[in-house]
Amino acid sequence: MSTFRQDVEAAIPALRRYARALTRDADAADDLVQDTLVRALRSEHLFHGGAIRSWLYTILTNLNRNRLRSLARRPTLIPIEDDDAPDAAGPEAGGRDIERALGLLVEEPRTALLLVVLEGLAYREVAEVQGVPIGTVMSRLARARAQIRSYLDGERPALRRIK
Amino acid sequence: MIDRNSPVTEEELHVYVDGELPADRREALETWLADHPEDASRVAAWRAQVEAVRARFGSVVDEPVPDRLTLDRITRGRRSWGAVAAAAVLLAFIGGGVAGWMARGASAAAPNEMEIFATEAIGAHRLYIGEVRHPIEVKAEENHLLPWLSRRVGTTLRAPDLSTFDLKLLGGRLLPGINGPAALFMYESTNGERVTIYTTKINETRTSFRYKVSDNFGALNWSEGGYGWVVSGPDDKPRLKGIASTLYEQMENRAPARERTSADQLISRRGS
Repeated sequence: MSTFRQDVEAAIPALRRYARALTRDADAADDLVQDTLVRALRSEHLFHGGAIRSWLYTILTNLNRNRLRSLARRPTLIPIEDDDAPDAAGPEAGGRDIERALGLLVEEPRTALLLVVLEGLAYREVAEVQGVPIGTVMSRLARARAQIRSYLDGERPALRRIK
Repeated sequence: MIDRNSPVTEEELHVYVDGELPADRREALETWLADHPEDASRVAAWRAQVEAVRARFGSVVDEPVPDRLTLDRITRGRRSWGAVAAAAVLLAFIGGGVAGWMARGASAAAPNEMEIFATEAIGAHRLYIGEVRHPIEVKAEENHLLPWLSRRVGTTLRAPDLSTFDLKLLGGRLLPGINGPAALFMYESTNGERVTIYTTKINETRTSFRYKVSDNFGALNWSEGGYGWVVSGPDDKPRLKGIASTLYEQMENRAPARERTSADQLISRRGS
């Protein structure tokens, strides 16, 4: 097996983790990973060394953006009264809360946050993946953290999805 | 480098939480936090977020990787799909009984839904056959075309072999349909003529063929087993009938020939 394939293979579990957190939907997540792998293998000849991991994250991030665009064409309406409050305490509560909080973020801040805190990428690498300067990554990160915090603190009205 | 004693910025707090702060600044920052409870609680909240995200999603890496995501499978899938495409043995069928699928007339409630459905299919046909560079979303050669569309549309889809009509499968795309996702397959002849097959879920369980002309396009539609089908192309009824019949023959190839209603008979009986 070539080094390229070995490196791609080694990245699969982390790609699944990232995709799961991005989509919060196991099937959609694995679809993204599958599409990412298909593209990666097809583009092997275009890859001239460098950070395979960042490159895979870039592909997956872009595919997810396309996915969100196609979802956006068919908006789903979610009632905001009951379903929006953070859960009461309980063993599962923390997990559901963070999922919902992530769901409320705009895509770019969410992506930046997950790449940093879940995938452990350096700011510089996130900047490459998102194709923006480091300063932009930092402001996305700040925005994500502020929004999640205010959601978890129960300041719901301030948190209505801002595009 | 940052001055050891300069005030701490919010940016630095993030850098600190993410472990990217240079060691020689860390101590100064920790002293700062001791004197600034507001910042300290921000840092604590952000750390709790990191923990929550990792607690929720971190274990995904320990799950076994599903078969469909192994590189061998992905590579093999591409090869075998290539072989299948080359052999052009592609059937379009929907699961469940297909015998007599065209033998019934439309129910009274059907026309509206079928009408909208057919109109949408023709709209999609007209829109995408005009695309020179991007007529389709996923090429026929890509192994995930059919699994993907099948899963989204909710039934096992295959693309029929229309080589006897000089039509080659270009690929397909996913579209919004009347009741959910719809799949569009596009075929092209050697002279560039394009024909599409459109399918999506439909409430009407079974209707026979209907022919509809819109501008210069013709569309043959029917439904069976909760799915509607539309074959659209240039307004050439005999040819579209032929294509639909072929589709029918390929769907029905397991049944004894005599027991079948021929598609041709059925179309003429409908008399459109």
